[in-house]
Parts: sequence; structure tokens; C-alpha cells
Amino acid sequence: MATDTAHDAHDHHTPTGWRRWVLSTNHKDIGTMYLVFSILAGLVGGLISMGMRAELQEPGMQIFPWIAEFIANADDPVNAGKHLFNVFTTAHGLIMVFFMVMPAVIGGFGNWFVPLMIGAPDMAFPRMNNISFWLMPPALLLLCMSLFVEGPSGFSGTGGGWTIYPPLSTSGQPGPAMDFAILSLHLAGAASILGAINFITTIFNMRAPGMTIHKMPLFVWSMLVTAFLLLLSMPVLAGAITMLITDRNFGTAFFDPSGGGDPILFQHLFWFFGHPEVYIMILPVFGIISQVVSTFSKKPVFGYMAMAYAMSAIGFVGFIVWAHHMYTVGMDVDTQAYFVFATMVIAVPTGIKIFSWIATMWGGSVEFKTPMVWAVGFIFVFTVGGVTGVVLANAASDRIMHDTYYVVAHFHYVLSLGAVFGIFCGWYYWFPKMSGYMYSEFWGKLHFIVTMIGVNMLFFPQHFLGLAGMPRRYVDYPDVYAGWNFVSSIGGYISYGAAFIFLIGVYQAFKAKVPAGDNPWGEYADTLEWTLSSPPPHHQFNTLPKIK
Amino acid sequence: MMNHSIKFKGLLWHKLVAIITIISGLFSTTFVYAGANDYGIASPWQMDTQAPATEMMTNMISFHNLLLWIIGLTTLFVGVLLLIVIFKYNAKSNPVPAKFTHNTMIEIIWTIIPIIILLVIAIPSFRLLYEQRVIPDSDMTIKVTGNQWYWSYEYPGYGDIAFDSIMIPDDELKEGQPRLLAVDNEMIVPVDTTVRLILTASDVIHSWTIPSFGVKIDTIPGRLNEAWFNANREGIYYGQCSELCGKDHAFMPIAVRVVSAEEFAKWVEKAKVEFASAPINETIKLAALSAAQ
Repeated sequence: MATDTAHDAHDHHTPTGWRRWVLSTNHKDIGTMYLVFSILAGLVGGLISMGMRAELQEPGMQIFPWIAEFIANADDPVNAGKHLFNVFTTAHGLIMVFFMVMPAVIGGFGNWFVPLMIGAPDMAFPRMNNISFWLMPPALLLLCMSLFVEGPSGFSGTGGGWTIYPPLSTSGQPGPAMDFAILSLHLAGAASILGAINFITTIFNMRAPGMTIHKMPLFVWSMLVTAFLLLLSMPVLAGAITMLITDRNFGTAFFDPSGGGDPILFQHLFWFFGHPEVYIMILPVFGIISQVVSTFSKKPVFGYMAMAYAMSAIGFVGFIVWAHHMYTVGMDVDTQAYFVFATMVIAVPTGIKIFSWIATMWGGSVEFKTPMVWAVGFIFVFTVGGVTGVVLANAASDRIMHDTYYVVAHFHYVLSLGAVFGIFCGWYYWFPKMSGYMYSEFWGKLHFIVTMIGVNMLFFPQHFLGLAGMPRRYVDYPDVYAGWNFVSSIGGYISYGAAFIFLIGVYQAFKAKVPAGDNPWGEYADTLEWTLSSPPPHHQFNTLPKIK
Repeated sequence: MMNHSIKFKGLLWHKLVAIITIISGLFSTTFVYAGANDYGIASPWQMDTQAPATEMMTNMISFHNLLLWIIGLTTLFVGVLLLIVIFKYNAKSNPVPAKFTHNTMIEIIWTIIPIIILLVIAIPSFRLLYEQRVIPDSDMTIKVTGNQWYWSYEYPGYGDIAFDSIMIPDDELKEGQPRLLAVDNEMIVPVDTTVRLILTASDVIHSWTIPSFGVKIDTIPGRLNEAWFNANREGIYYGQCSELCGKDHAFMPIAVRVVSAEEFAKWVEKAKVEFASAPINETIKLAALSAAQ
């Protein structure tokens, strides 16, 4: 690769200092910025959930009136605290979805490795890639600013949940906080749409000679499906929240029944985006897991075609199941029956993926390095989250669980555990490639063990709370729910502690500076990024690689 | 292969992973066997649903038990496969990896069997869904209105009884009244009676639920929703608002007292005097005042 680097020096300018980052058009630098952004957002989002878990550790109101009084200086701490809790749930949801998981898997790993894996020198639209990233910090800033302006009269911040259902998000919170939050979503959404266009164009047009669509690594497949989901679902969210803005500020009544509108219309639009959104978060992780499982089992991935088309099927069916989030709104029974049926269909391709991963490991010679340990952990926790999804898919049983902690447990098992395990799996897998340094197995595995214990202790008892009837988004709960809430809170603290073990590991790796070499994982890490140096040159593949 | 980090005995880690997996597995089994529960309110450390007070909820619980077995066994199956991989196919035990990448038969099997399992689930699921949502002929109707942050109930056909149901604050609770669940005026219904609910909301969306009845239905401004239940056991049953509705979302419980037909008749006579004196608009104003305090 030395020739590549020398070639770069006179052919392209290689900016340094702040220009390298702020004006960056380099997919790897932009990917790095996304990853750093995601880690910071994750720490903030996690801290917010620690506030909520501290409040819920015991019945009664302890923490939030205190925060409201001493930090926000509220006149009426108890009521301000109640509202502040809703503000926290809203911020936690929005930050984790839009500013942690999506930037990590799509902006971070997608940017870094899609061009490398298909043998492309960069993304198709490098400048658009830059604006995709630089829309994110202002979006997060707008969300943070919303915390300090009025939401419902007399209280600051927006407390409508990440689902921002009207009328709570319109007449329920007339102050400008909700407008800030909506504009934040608009920016983050625009960033995603631009990113999606970039990925689709890159993958369709910039594959190296011989890299046919059916030879692409599964991670690239996952990003392709994800990009289509983003491209088709994000504009629907943009439309819905624009209607929300005009309802709030310009006298329209799309969602206001007194003007002939319908609050349920918003829910349909929101979930038409919102359900594909959950696949947007998990599909790239499926791709990561496929790469890692194959690499460390020293076997090619089992059922490549089935894996690729299972992802496409999940992506397609993901668009026609949205109203399973709305079984209690009073929909017609036949409509509910349809959504039950369509939702259960998703279990089939998902099952194919789980079993194909296991079949990839089966008969393999599995090396339990840190990324593989995270991958195995992922398969287990994602299965737990997946099967409770089947329970919730059935309207007949969802009736008792809708809007309870059972739902919270379910989606945290697939996202907070599933997606986040996948992110850490990808992090440890590609860290040597991205940084050039080997991470520490000790800190990586300690990070896994502590996270695994923490998150299961945090979320498993929430199934019990949900079945017993505890509704979600509650600042205070009847005393009978105290036991499992206490366990859950302790698990929460352990999980957040694990994030610091992660940071220590990262610090350790950069301090020890153990060179990783081009390919630390051996011959089964056979995608193109491992043929480059670690870290790869600023511009790679000036001569396109040929794929046999 | 390069690994410059601190060497750990691989097996130790396999064991740790395995132990965690087993513990999680056991956890889910206990979940299946969690014992009898109270009616109308959860009990401490409860692990499954509240006890049923309607035939519908009895059916929902048995459907959920079916699902619990299926998902428990599925999880256990995946867990066991992972354990086999961990112990049998680790690099030490199996130094030479196999080469296969396809097996059409097994792929067909793991597509067909889940489909069959889903069909087994679908049959009772659809039957139950239609029972829930096709409203039967009812013996009486109650109108429910969700407000920020209390409930209003009206009994058309019973002398226009109409009243608000507001949570009792912590410092006014009497002996035996559960915190955050007890209300000043409970919804009173006769036992073994099919009650039809007509529901709406006056401001934002709320959701009316009684877990022991197996009923949950959103109350939406500008819409009328329908639900029904037939309680087969006398007693008091609690639920809590189940759609985020703002600051006091956690403080607008639902309480339904199921009484005998005679007691209900007595209550109706009393309520006519007590609640009919104040027209509904007055009550809402009073309630709004007290909620604001």
C-alpha cells in the first residue's frame, strides 16, 4: 500500500488540522466523526436514563423534584419534576435513536466500510457526505435547546415522548420547545435521506470490477437495504412533522378533530416511518454480525443468498406492519387481524437469520475473541427480544401489554441490547483497522461480561413489571412494583458503568499503541478492507481491485 | 494471527458466557411457572399477569401461556445450540473448521417449522381478537371521558348519573387504599353483566385499562371508541392511564368496583341524588380546579 500513499501525496491534497475534519470529504474521516459523535450522544442519552432509573429505584418522587429545583430552579418542584421526567423519556428516546444508534451503524460503520468492502475509493457524493454529518450536530443542538424553552405552559422542555403524538404535541404543549424538537428531527431526517442517497448510489455504481451484487459482503447488503428503508420512510416522517408544525403554528388542522382532522392520522404516518426505523437500526447490525461470525468461525457465511434476501424481505415486510403499534387505538378488527398476520410473517426471515448464524458457527473452529463474544451475546439477546416481539405482534395478547414495561423490555432487548451489542461487536472487529492499534482483550471482554450482566438485570425484570400491569413513561408507580424496579435500577447502574469500561479500553488501546497489522483476524476476514493497511491510506483503491 | 493483548484462558470465557446464558434461560423458565396472583392489583415481586376477573382475561392468559411456552422453548433451543457451539466448536476442541455453506434440507426445515408454529399461534390469536373487538349485545352502557388528569364517567339510562374520578393524593389516603390507585369516585358496575364502554377524551389522548379485565382502549379527542367487559367476580379492580398524556400521566388511575345487582341498584339510587345535583359541566369545572391545586 506504500505506493498508494505516495501516489496520494501529489494527486490529491490531504488537508490537515481543522480543515481535515470540518471540510472533510473523506469517507473514513466522516465515519470517524460519526462514531465519536455517537459515543458522546450515547453517554448523554445513557446519563438521562440513569436519572430515570434513579427516580424509579423506589416508589415516590425523589430525584426529579430535586433536579427541577436545584438545576432548573423551578418554582413548583413537584410538578416541574413530573414534567421533567417526561422530558427525559423524550430526550432519551430521540437521542438514542437519532443521535446514537443511527450515526454509529450507518454514518460510522457504513461510511467507513461500505466503500472499503466494495473496493471503491470513496462514497459517490463526498461533499454530500460532509453535509450529512454536519447536519447532525445542529440537530442535536436544537434538541438540547428545546430543554430550556417553554413546552407546556409554565414548564420547559418537550415531554411528548419520542412518538410526539398530537394533541399532546400540539395543544398539549403550546410552547416553542416542541418546535425546536421537530426542527431537530427535520435536520436529522434530512441528514439520513442524504446519506441514504449516497449509499444507494455508491453501492450501485462504485463496486470494483467483478464485485457483482451477489458477491457483495453481507454488511454491504445490509446497508443497501437500510438505505432504501431510510429513503422511503424518512420523507413520511418529514411530512408528518411538517403537518405538526403547521398545526401548531399556522392554523391548519390535519390532526385536530375540532377542525376536521384526526389525531390517529399522525400515528399512522409516524409508524409508517417508525417501524421501518427499527429495522434501519437493526439491519446494519445483522450485516456486522454476519461478517464477524464468519470470520471467527473460520467458515464462509452459511446460506449467503438466504441471508441477503432475508434482509430484503425483512425490509419489505417492515413497511407493511406499522399499525401493530396501534392495536389499542380502536382500529377495525379486520385491520388488526391483517397487521397481526403481517407482523408474524417477519418472524420467518428473522428466524432464518438466527439459524444461519448458528449454522455458520456449527462445525467451525470458533475463536472467542472479543468481537465474537459480542456476536454470540447478540444472537442470544436478540432472540429473547425477538420472541417477545411475537407475543406483542398478536393483538389479542398485546391488549394487556400495550404501553406497559413489557414493551419497554421488548424493544430494549432488540435495540439497547441487540443494536448496541452489534455496535460494540463492530467496534472491536474494526477498531484495529480504523485505528491501526489492537484493542485490549481484557478490557473488551470485561466490557462484555459487565454489560451482559447489567443489561439483563436491567431489562429482564421489566417483562415482569409489564405483565403485572405497570405502564411505561411513569414517574411514580404503585408500591407493589417496587421490587423489580429496584433490581432493574441496579442493573441500569451496572450497564452505565460498563460504558466506562469501554472508554478505559479505548484509552488503553490508544496508549499501548500495539500495532494491529493489516489483518489481525486471519484468512477468513476476507473482505477487501483487510487487504489494506491499518489504518487504511487516506485515499485507497486508486487502482481498482479486481474480484475473481 | 496477531494478538498482542493480555492472554486469557479461552475456556474461562466460554464458561462465563455459558453460565450467563444458563442463568438467563432459568430466569425465563421461572417466568413460566410464576404462581397465582391477586385480583385487581399486582402483588410485590409478581412475575406475570394479574388474576383474571373476566372470561376474556382468562382466555387471554391461557393464550399468553401458550405463547410463553413457545417463546420459552424457542429461546432455550437457541441457547442450547449456542452452548453446543461454545463447547464443541471452539478453536481448541475443533481445530479444523468444516467447509459447508449450504444445506437445502435444513434451510427448508427452519423456514417451514416457524411457519407451522406461527399458524398454531394464529388460530387462537384470531379467535380471541374477534371475541375482544366484536362488541356483543350489552346490558348497560357507560361513557368514559379521559381528561388531563382524571376520568369522567356517565351512566346514560340511569338517571344521567355523571361524575369525575380523581386520584386520592398521598396525604389523604385512608387505611387500605393503595397509593396512586385509589380514587374518590369509583366506576361501579354489577357483576355478571355485559358492560359496553363508549370512550372519548376532552384534551389529549389517554388510554383506559383494567388489566384484570383484559381491556385496554385509547380515549381520543374527536373519536368515540368502544370496548366491553363482563366481570364475573365482585371486588375492586385498578388500572392506570396507558397513553402518555402529560405531566400527571402517572396520577390518573382507573378504579372499577364490581358489586352485586342489588348493591348496584342501591348505588344507582344514591348516585342519582349525589351526582345528579351537579350538572356535568359544573363537575368538570370543580375537578379542573381541584386538579390545578
